[in-house]
Amino acid sequence: MGAAGIMMPTLPAFSRSVSAEALLEPGLDVAVKKRLADAALNAAKSLGATYADVRIGRYLNQFVLTRENKVQGIINAESFGVGVRVIADGCWGFASVGDARNEAVVAQAAKTAVTIAKANARLLTEPVQLAPQKGFGEVSWKAPIKRNAFEVPIKEKVDLLLSANAAAMQNGANFVNNVLFQINEQKYFASTDGTYADQDIHRIGPNFTVTAVDPQSGKFSTRNSLSSPMGMGYDYLQVNPADKVTGVTTRYNKGYDILEDITSAAKQAKEKLTAKSVEAGKYDLVLDPSHLWLTIHESVGHPLELDRVLGYEANYAGTSFATLDKWKTKDFNYGSKEVNLVADKTQLYSLGAVGWDDEGVKTKKWDLVRDGTLVNYQAIRDQVHIIGEKESQGCCYADNWSSVQFQRMANVSLEAGKTPLSVANMIKDVKKGIYIIGDGSFSIDQQRYNFQFGGQLFYEIKDGQIVGMLKDVAYQANTREFWNSCVAVCDESDYRLGGAFNDGKGQPAQSSAVSHGSATARFNGVNVINTARKI
Amino acid sequence: MTKKDMAILLTEAEAKALLTKVLSYSKADSCEVNLSGARRGNIRYARNEVSTSGALDNQLLGVQSAYGKKVGTATITEFDDASLEKVVRRSEELARLAPENSEYMGILGPQQYLKVNGFFDSIANLTPDARADAVAKSLKLTREAKLIGAGFMDDRNGYEAMMNSKGLFAYYPSTNVNFSLTVRTEDGKGSGYVARGYNDFTKLDPAVATRIALLKAQGSAEARAIEPGKYTVILEPTAAAVLLENIFFNMDARSADEGRSYFSKTGGKSRLGDKIVDERVTIYSDPTNAELPASPWSGDGRAQEKTMWIEKGVVKNLAYSRFWAQKQGKKAVPNPNNVIMAGGTQSLEDMIKSTQRGILVTKLWYIREVDPQTILLTGLTRDGTFFIENGKIKYPVKNFRFNESPVIMLNNLESLGKPERVVSTESDQNYLIPPMKIREFTFTSLSDAV
Repeated sequence: MGAAGIMMPTLPAFSRSVSAEALLEPGLDVAVKKRLADAALNAAKSLGATYADVRIGRYLNQFVLTRENKVQGIINAESFGVGVRVIADGCWGFASVGDARNEAVVAQAAKTAVTIAKANARLLTEPVQLAPQKGFGEVSWKAPIKRNAFEVPIKEKVDLLLSANAAAMQNGANFVNNVLFQINEQKYFASTDGTYADQDIHRIGPNFTVTAVDPQSGKFSTRNSLSSPMGMGYDYLQVNPADKVTGVTTRYNKGYDILEDITSAAKQAKEKLTAKSVEAGKYDLVLDPSHLWLTIHESVGHPLELDRVLGYEANYAGTSFATLDKWKTKDFNYGSKEVNLVADKTQLYSLGAVGWDDEGVKTKKWDLVRDGTLVNYQAIRDQVHIIGEKESQGCCYADNWSSVQFQRMANVSLEAGKTPLSVANMIKDVKKGIYIIGDGSFSIDQQRYNFQFGGQLFYEIKDGQIVGMLKDVAYQANTREFWNSCVAVCDESDYRLGGAFNDGKGQPAQSSAVSHGSATARFNGVNVINTARKI
Repeated sequence: MTKKDMAILLTEAEAKALLTKVLSYSKADSCEVNLSGARRGNIRYARNEVSTSGALDNQLLGVQSAYGKKVGTATITEFDDASLEKVVRRSEELARLAPENSEYMGILGPQQYLKVNGFFDSIANLTPDARADAVAKSLKLTREAKLIGAGFMDDRNGYEAMMNSKGLFAYYPSTNVNFSLTVRTEDGKGSGYVARGYNDFTKLDPAVATRIALLKAQGSAEARAIEPGKYTVILEPTAAAVLLENIFFNMDARSADEGRSYFSKTGGKSRLGDKIVDERVTIYSDPTNAELPASPWSGDGRAQEKTMWIEKGVVKNLAYSRFWAQKQGKKAVPNPNNVIMAGGTQSLEDMIKSTQRGILVTKLWYIREVDPQTILLTGLTRDGTFFIENGKIKYPVKNFRFNESPVIMLNNLESLGKPERVVSTESDQNYLIPPMKIREFTFTSLSDAV
């Protein structure tokens, strides 16, 4: 056991920290990357590999951590290296090398990968079947950012977070923790299929927790930010009235107003202390996109990953109820007719958007559930033959140059309703319901049947009116019953993205960033429990 | 050891020499350097076939420089002289850019540490062939039984060291292996699990472990649905650990004093000194424990001593940062590096025999905190849940979702068994935890998951 300590919260481990200025140094020139990549590909082929790909990655991260009026840390991290994956004797092999700035080093990594593939081939019963993929030549893709977060002076970020913290404290917060994460993945992919893809991916994630304490009663409550991590630059933090969704509290689309949200959060954390404790029972739920993304993630995104369905994650992330025999009937009812769920690796501003995936497949959008019926899974090149597809869906990903790529979740989203419907009109029809905003506690079984979700804000709906705040709310449901209880989805004007940086899978574990979009949706007759306990 | 191993895994003398060189580049008021190196090997398998395997070398040097209360940290993975000097300069650059941190306490002088042996040659000398042989023993059993195995074996040989400009030096080498296995029936109706963690590879018997998961898989098929509600449960140590660790994670004095943790009380006080659970509950940390050795120093150089956290149900210590300890006038007890819960002498079989009506729980899954005020947790049973009647396991039951607080649970304690070393399926931490019988454990719904 390490010296880090069991009771200490840990930061994600990033390899090496550098000064702010160093993060703006350009990475390797694309011609140099191509030369390195060709060295690896040629070495692999000459040693008998029938397929090889190489990823040259430079990963930049910056964290700004604050609480109340203090900056607790500014961390800059950079990681650079090369990962080579091959098929030799019908088997996968992988090797990676750090700080690989010359051809000999990457050729050696290719050799190691081939050696591992040949050694493991003896244990195989079926050789890898890799779906064919045409080469795209030299191509590039860049995230649609307007302002590179790494070019913004640290002082500007610190000032924004500290002024937000001050606003929280002025509005009744006792404590505030406020963090800004920024990520830039500069990824170069090349394969023996003839693709050389140079990609520049940016992500940003502002995130705070405001705490209100009542020392007399010994009670405390928190309210987290209603921001979402996004595939954007610092432009996400530019206030834009067009990106605000007003209502019982303001929610945000592609522009996040941290000062406004933290001010509301401070007041709402206090209000929660004295809110009415929910009476357990069946309620119609009206779920905001800032909440529903996580339910989509757990109950749709994960069970429709083909590697889980096949059993490759049985010892860690779990398997799936959505087995191949159900899909083969072409009539497996996943949800009501209102439910249309799509996977999309191209969605603008999403965390999962790229031009090409980590095995050289051009990204796309495809149906998972159409009119309530299960129609497809998420699969990559060595899996698609199992579901009768001729080409990969382009959702292969590795979280670092040193990790081997495998099937990861695409952005999986609920399509907005096709008939005009506002949130206000949706609520008007609800007799006994709860309106839930923001994500909270979440848990689902290993085959994705039974789940329980909390939230940040709960509002009681009586006879079409919001009558006040509730607390101690969680809902429990079964995936199919829940999606079959979906009676309405608001229209496109309410469509927003939620998401997470840290979706975990694989052993050793890898994390990936993924978005989930939806408009506000209504689910009838869901079981709500009261989570308060006396100690 | 090959030449490459030597570069990654430094001896105490080599680590000391390297750290001394790094400090020689420092121009700051004070400087502290943390160094680690590790070689990890793993094999993953699923559907009774090896799916991936790998070897991973990691080394990391972290330099913290301070000018007064302005502090900067930089880390690097390269170890040539130019890189060593560069990382020192970068930390100094960041320190100059950083605002003053009023909570910065400066660095410690030399400390005395307990002697701990967590390093075993059996892992340090482990070859890829020996790793594959261990996994082959497990695969042979699942294949012969016509069951489907998915497992992961991950071993680590490494060290941690630190030195600072006030003369503090610390070094701790250690080895570790974690093995976990899920065995499922071909029809998907039964599933069993086992996990083992050791510092010494000779203690790992993959065949014995595999048989446990195999029997659970066979025994859990054709599970019956019984009504959720309050039941007496016997939690195997693997199940108990993932609940109890949420108590450990919450034992921070500052959060308690600030009124925002379970360990807070009315009137701005903490529960330090209060009896919070059954008097048979004693939880402590001890880096020298032979079954669960841990580093005798924490990351900031503080010595890890044998520390009582909960004794006979009473909170004896909370963890203090050096800043908060000084502010509150308390001893700066660091977060522990291992956690041990004392138990009794009963075996799991004895505990089942003495149960009139109850449920045996092998493993709990997807544990999340629902309410930090009470440490209310939710999650589900999996991989072997059985109904007990009149002292015997009667039949497997369908999995449940629970909503329960480990604090309430330890107040409803019936009996404790003999502590075992377990691997948390949530945090990967190893603990010594006994099996425990609990009355009125709250199951709130059923799951069809196997």
